[in-house]
Amino acid sequence: MSLLLLQLFNGFSLSSILLLIAIGLAITFGLMNVMNMAHGEFIMIGAYMAYLVQQLFQKYMPASAFGWYFVISLGVAFVIAFAIGWLLEVALIRFLYGRPLDSLLATWGVSLALQQVARSIFGAPNVAVKAPQWLEGGWHVTADLILPYKRLFIIGLVALCIFIIYMYLYHSAGGRRMRAVMQNRQMAACLGISTRRVDAQSFAFGSAMAGIAGCALSLLGPIGPTIGTYYIVDAFMVVVLGGIGKLIGTVAGALGIGVFNTALEYTTSATLGKVLVFTLIIAFLQWKPMGLVTIRSRSLD
Amino acid sequence: MLAARQSKIKLVIYGIGLGLIALAPLFLSDFRLSLLGKFLAYAIIAIGIDLIWGYTGILSLGHGVYFGLGAYCMAMHLKLTSTPNQLPDFMSWSGVSSLPWFWVPFHSALAAFLLALVVPMVVAFILGYFTFRNRIKGAFFSILSQALVIITVTLFVGQQGYTGGTNGLTNFSSFLGLNLQSQSTKLLFFYLTLAVVTIVVILSSLLVTSRLGNILTAIRDGENRVRFIGYNPVTYKVFIYCASAGLAGLAGVLFVLQEGIISPAQMGIVPSIEMVLWVAIGGRSTIGGAVLGALVTNAAKTTFSEAYPAWWPIMLGAMFIVVVLFLPKGIVGTLSHYFKNWKKPDLPASIPTTQEARS
Repeated sequence: MSLLLLQLFNGFSLSSILLLIAIGLAITFGLMNVMNMAHGEFIMIGAYMAYLVQQLFQKYMPASAFGWYFVISLGVAFVIAFAIGWLLEVALIRFLYGRPLDSLLATWGVSLALQQVARSIFGAPNVAVKAPQWLEGGWHVTADLILPYKRLFIIGLVALCIFIIYMYLYHSAGGRRMRAVMQNRQMAACLGISTRRVDAQSFAFGSAMAGIAGCALSLLGPIGPTIGTYYIVDAFMVVVLGGIGKLIGTVAGALGIGVFNTALEYTTSATLGKVLVFTLIIAFLQWKPMGLVTIRSRSLD
Repeated sequence: MLAARQSKIKLVIYGIGLGLIALAPLFLSDFRLSLLGKFLAYAIIAIGIDLIWGYTGILSLGHGVYFGLGAYCMAMHLKLTSTPNQLPDFMSWSGVSSLPWFWVPFHSALAAFLLALVVPMVVAFILGYFTFRNRIKGAFFSILSQALVIITVTLFVGQQGYTGGTNGLTNFSSFLGLNLQSQSTKLLFFYLTLAVVTIVVILSSLLVTSRLGNILTAIRDGENRVRFIGYNPVTYKVFIYCASAGLAGLAGVLFVLQEGIISPAQMGIVPSIEMVLWVAIGGRSTIGGAVLGALVTNAAKTTFSEAYPAWWPIMLGAMFIVVVLFLPKGIVGTLSHYFKNWKKPDLPASIPTTQEARS
């Protein structure tokens, strides 16, 4: 029983990270029809920010302050990933609107270049980030069910992020503009919304979320230049499975993939589990080609 | 009249290009020659990708799988012949005691060759039929084809006892009694590959100028209109996807005969996307562009990564961006555009491609 609960918890924790990664993709893909293959590199940027902040704390701050480095690094990761995302949008992405396949190729190029830059700065081998003291250990629910604080913290962090995104999208003027552009760009532009600015903001925001996800991932394992590529295809599967245009679809997609992945890996083996999950997704899309949740429209290409 | 003249010019250019490659053994070192032979095998994949991407508008990011399946089929035969009457070495290391049933047909070279074509086509048929029938297209299809890559690579790495795992299949000695290490065999395979490339170029040029080719282009430019006229795009898309997968499998056979190794790393996400880049750089919607792209990109890759290994990924990344932003029609498309308009300098700089026009 407790083993089952632990598996469920692990699946949930994987889902939450996938969700944080996929949310930015869902925004850019749904809003601007851009397939950002460089999204994984924002995970990498976030993770390396955690590493950098930790190094700085170890060198220049008293040991007693070390526990706080992770909170700072979350902020740093958000700001840096947001800034780089904005830069990328202005320099490249805006030329690719409405050309999803071309955007895929160009951003793949960006991804290759960013990985190489990281390799030059931090070296090819993985680096490890030491988790702060207050995240060590776990919560003893029963005698044999221990939930690690790290994963609990990540789930909490993601829940907070999703709540903020939800409030922004559905209860603020900026979010309303974003949804308007997503559903009907021309009409939104006619009503005086600066679609250019909405695009840039959304892209940067999505990138910043990936940065936070990268920060969270640094708690779970070592960091390398290719950390993003492990997650990018999974994240795209979340978006495709969830459907485009609604937050709830992405949440459902991430939950489905995360829990199924963990469950199938547990009952079969790590490799077969992954294969089964992806096969199930392809099979599911035969039934609902547009994903779980979609905005109905009458548009024909 | 003009079209006839153009196709004559094209024929002459193709002839000169292939003729020059045929003379390559005279002035290339053995090492360079074997590289060129490999690049020619890649050119076959590029033509396949051009058929479905350039002409039909379907971007597949999964051609590494079809290439790999073809290569593995041939490699399994080579592995069996290089250690006759005993288990391949990696099987005994992984504790597999008898030859798995799906290895048995590969004792025959002919069966291995046919399977190298059929297996990729069957996989492509299954994925293509279901996704195209349900009208999954564009970027969605590209993501699904990437999922196929992940599935296949994970399986091949995980099932070490049956596939050789991460190391792949290697250590081959002979094929049909020919010594794979000898220089004459290598020369033979080089010319064999060149001959196959020539045949594929001719056949695919005929295909794209035929009625079928026109329907494919029509699907690229307005699939719904094709459907409204009364054609079923699914049939055509599945056909061209399978044909393209078969070409990738064929390329895999020729590759493994020359290179002597195939591993999951050569069929993963990165190689699959690089294959698309060859076509993009050479020029999509031109057969010659696909061949040129595969040769030029790989030659550049070898040259640059020999001189500046750390800079190569950045160069490659920059090429993706430059091609997409500034040369959407690739080398051949851009050259032929200027060639056609060189006496009429006041025309607009470029005619929008279909994708731009739609946006």
